Amino acid sequence: METRDIVFIALFAAIMAALAVFPPITLPVVGVPITAQSLGAMLAGGVLGATRGGLSMILFLLLVAIGLPLLPGGRGGFGVFLGPTGGYLIGWIFTAFVVGFLVERFWHQLNYLNAFLASVVGGIVVLYAIGIPWSAFVAQISVWAAFVGSLPFFVGDIIKCLIAAAVIVIVKKSYPIITPRKRQAATTE
Amino acid sequence: MIVDLYVFGNSPLHRISPGYKILALVLFCTLLFVLSGWVPLAVGAILVAIGYWLAGIGFSHAYRAIRPALWILAIIFIAQIILAGLELAAFVVVRFGILILAASLITMTTKTSEFVDGIQAGLKHAPSWVPADHIALAISLALRFIPLVRATLDEVRMAQKARGLDRSVKALLVPLVVRTLKTGDEIAEAIQARSPL
Repeated sequence: METRDIVFIALFAAIMAALAVFPPITLPVVGVPITAQSLGAMLAGGVLGATRGGLSMILFLLLVAIGLPLLPGGRGGFGVFLGPTGGYLIGWIFTAFVVGFLVERFWHQLNYLNAFLASVVGGIVVLYAIGIPWSAFVAQISVWAAFVGSLPFFVGDIIKCLIAAAVIVIVKKSYPIITPRKRQAATTE
Repeated sequence: MIVDLYVFGNSPLHRISPGYKILALVLFCTLLFVLSGWVPLAVGAILVAIGYWLAGIGFSHAYRAIRPALWILAIIFIAQIILAGLELAAFVVVRFGILILAASLITMTTKTSEFVDGIQAGLKHAPSWVPADHIALAISLALRFIPLVRATLDEVRMAQKARGLDRSVKALLVPLVVRTLKTGDEIAEAIQARSPL
């Protein structure tokens, strides 16, 4: 871990904080406000890679936990982790890690399609796999009920994955940060 | 600048070191989940009420802490009534309320700077495999970068508005990320040039 890595980790935690004040997009049909922060988790992984992306999410959540109002609507503090959606917050760490891992894996053949698939796996499959059982447990409802309850967010999450994929691919072309997995193993710094 | 959720005061709760407060909170939450029942819940509610009274934090602050969770709690309440009946619904929602209020009490009686100091003091005693310097650097950098990135976002938004692109999320995010990464490289060089880290 070099100084440069730490700077990037801190900067992406700050980007997450900036995304809280991003204008929320409200879907006209469903009426559920979509915030940009889970998009930030996918980008952290897709732009910084698995390790740095995951660490930047841990850092961001630490700042939230110690009382900074960095979540949408100025929420923050320990309470947000104990609430029914706490699992999704913890899930961002794994979202960033998984998206980062997959993007590193497909770095040389990276295009919109596999960047989108990486975002879907990390930002929807993994995130829901943590967030849904968590809310089922703390709210004492069945996993199925929690799953149905999270469906209104699904459309928005697909849109976020499309945006994340585009940003990841464009940033790769203009300012690549990731060192792909295979080459890293070969050069052993 | 970012303002934390601290509520000014000088009560015993404000003065206890943040480490103990977190420990007490973890213990409190675990007990509420393990000793599931109305009696522990009532005891918990009384403890939280005493805590707010001790800290001198009024009803309006408590309400502000719980307000963002209200609509989710309402959904859970309705879902629980349909699935499991009124009693469990009330129990789950009341427990949530108590947990959130207890956690907010810690947040409102502790400055972010106290937490940061606490973390850094804790890192001094950390075992050698913990990269204490790196963690401390990451936290202080992130606190400094939050207003910086927000300012960058505002600039990008104005620039894209001039081009009529301010409704495109992609047109905002790509410049934001690329500019932030460039800044990151410059800052990293500056830090490396000045310190042996």
